[in-house]
Amino acid sequence: MHNKLSQIIIAVFLIILIISAFILGMDLSRLFNDSISKFLMNGILVLSLIPMINAGAGINFGLPVGVVAGLLGMCISINMRLNGISGFVTAIFFTIVVGWILGEVYGRILNNSRGREEVTGTFIGFSFIFLMNFCWTLIPFKNREMLYPIGGKGLRPKIGLNNYFKGILDDFLLLKLGSIEVPIGSILFYLVICLFMGFFFKTVRGRVMIAVGENIRFCRASGIDVARVKIDAVILSTIIAGIGICVYSQSYGFVELYNSPMMMAFPAASAILIGGASRNRTYISEAVIGTYLFQSIYLLSSPIANEVLLPEVSEIFRMMISNSIILYALLKQKGGKDEV
Amino acid sequence: MKSNTGELYFKSYLMREKIIGILEKNSVPLFFLLLSLMGFYFSGLSTTFVTNQVITRFIRNGVLVLALIIPIKAGMGLNFAITLGALCTHAGIIIALNHSLEGVSGVLLILGSSILLALIAGYLIGLALNRARGKEMITSIIIGFLGNSIFQIIFMAGFGTVIPIKNKGIALSRGVGVRDMVDLSDFRKLLPGELTPEFMGVDIPIPMIIIVVSLGSLIHYILSTPFGLKVKAVGESYKNSKLLGIDSDMVRIKAVIISTVFAAIGQFIYLQNIGIANVYSAQSNADIFSSAAILAGGATMKNSSVKNAFLGIFLFHTLFIVSPQAGQNIFNNPALGEYFRSFIAYGTIAFAIVMNLRKSVDSA
Repeated sequence: MHNKLSQIIIAVFLIILIISAFILGMDLSRLFNDSISKFLMNGILVLSLIPMINAGAGINFGLPVGVVAGLLGMCISINMRLNGISGFVTAIFFTIVVGWILGEVYGRILNNSRGREEVTGTFIGFSFIFLMNFCWTLIPFKNREMLYPIGGKGLRPKIGLNNYFKGILDDFLLLKLGSIEVPIGSILFYLVICLFMGFFFKTVRGRVMIAVGENIRFCRASGIDVARVKIDAVILSTIIAGIGICVYSQSYGFVELYNSPMMMAFPAASAILIGGASRNRTYISEAVIGTYLFQSIYLLSSPIANEVLLPEVSEIFRMMISNSIILYALLKQKGGKDEV
Repeated sequence: MKSNTGELYFKSYLMREKIIGILEKNSVPLFFLLLSLMGFYFSGLSTTFVTNQVITRFIRNGVLVLALIIPIKAGMGLNFAITLGALCTHAGIIIALNHSLEGVSGVLLILGSSILLALIAGYLIGLALNRARGKEMITSIIIGFLGNSIFQIIFMAGFGTVIPIKNKGIALSRGVGVRDMVDLSDFRKLLPGELTPEFMGVDIPIPMIIIVVSLGSLIHYILSTPFGLKVKAVGESYKNSKLLGIDSDMVRIKAVIISTVFAAIGQFIYLQNIGIANVYSAQSNADIFSSAAILAGGATMKNSSVKNAFLGIFLFHTLFIVSPQAGQNIFNNPALGEYFRSFIAYGTIAFAIVMNLRKSVDSA
């Protein structure tokens, strides 16, 4: 909890938004439902940043690499025409396989630019998206529901999941308390990932990862294979990001390909930073709080801005908030160290 | 006789070493040359068309690429915040159009106000980058995003509410906000067209080429002045130059200010050459394509020159022009060529960052 100030500012901002939503007479229970579903949609993507931050690799702006792993996993599952739970499980399975391979490669590249992982990751992520655009067009998928309706070649930018695993977690054990809906299935899945992470950082490997993030020279001197530990952290981040996009897509109902992962890293990064993460150590609780605060602001600011301001401004305003938080975190640590 | 063969061997050895050295040093430009030639071959475009296009691109993007040189020399890496300098020009254009200024007075107002704004923006960016030393590049990316949002808020919501509208022609019909597209044809006609001789079907716009080349010479000159030497010293080692009594922080701030001002001028040249501007999005990708161009010309994260900038524009933009058509001809899909060039732009930057930092990691 190093980042108290920004947390307080955001919390105050959120309270102002809630009060104004109340004054404007909006349906508060619907807003609450939406905030929960948005939180669960993006929660795992934010959690995926934790291993790399703790291993001292900074914020993973190369999140698109993991996202692509998830997209590929889902595409393979859809191509096999699996629906329901078997489709989702297959998607997760292939996501883990692809994420493992991509994470290994991505980690090896990042290890070559230690201390500047963030900017390297940003550009690896961006360039990887365009490399994958090639693959989305050229991989010979067979399922016609995935392909462009005309010509039948190349995946379409938005694949509907209605016949596959749309809402597989959201609709599982959906609890209705009056007008408030609680998607128990999604919450359970989110909790499982949280517990897995918490458990991982209690094991020896997890502790070593944190140690590498805290003092890399000491770890190297005590004979730890620092490079390997960092690659493991990247693999873990990539796989969890892939699972995150699977959860996101089942809730959203579409698999979005091509340039859609381009800007996904930035909202996730600001969410974890709002939660109070510093750029070298973070806790799961911070990711959870941060995601909820950030997504609620995202959700609330748009209808309120529609009522008070101009409609386009809300989107710009949210971008501004998200980027200011990242910039604040970058500037907070006074410069002077060339290698973290 | 024996000594003669020995000497010959030695000479050929030296020659080989020299050639390998040149190849290694210029591996990135040579790679781009190869890609461009391949793309050109597959695209089937005519030499005249490509040359005309490359000359136009040289004029449009030349100064934006030049803006990157001094921050690299100062050891700050690629300054992705040049988009903010470009936005200063957009602000200047809106101010001039709002007062319905045309012709020379309009150009002077645009240049004056955008340079003034760029000085302020450059100073602020410099302060921020000094705080984030060692992380300048990622910080400058985020500053670029943030500046874009602030610009949009000012001119989408502030124009018409806080800023009074004098020229209804550039405002949206609802009375708040600037139109997306503004017409700049008044400024375009400024430079006489007769000075564009045609040589074997290739138009050569001499005035514009002179402007770009002389701004390049200006950068070259700045680097040879005492200030330029300080920039190089700070780029070599921030701490050592501080020990030598150089105010390293101030030198870095000045380097960013120069970069931002050049970006503002560069964006003006870019827009007036096109003749129409999308005030909200014409600056996007200016940072990425300029960075990719200067790296294609052989610049590194530590060193760059005007030569790299100019060579890079030719190589990168040739590839840029031919790749959609090449994609169409090879895969029967022009989108693939576009993906390819975007991949090359981002990939070049990623590659350069990894390659240049590898040495510093090994030594640390």
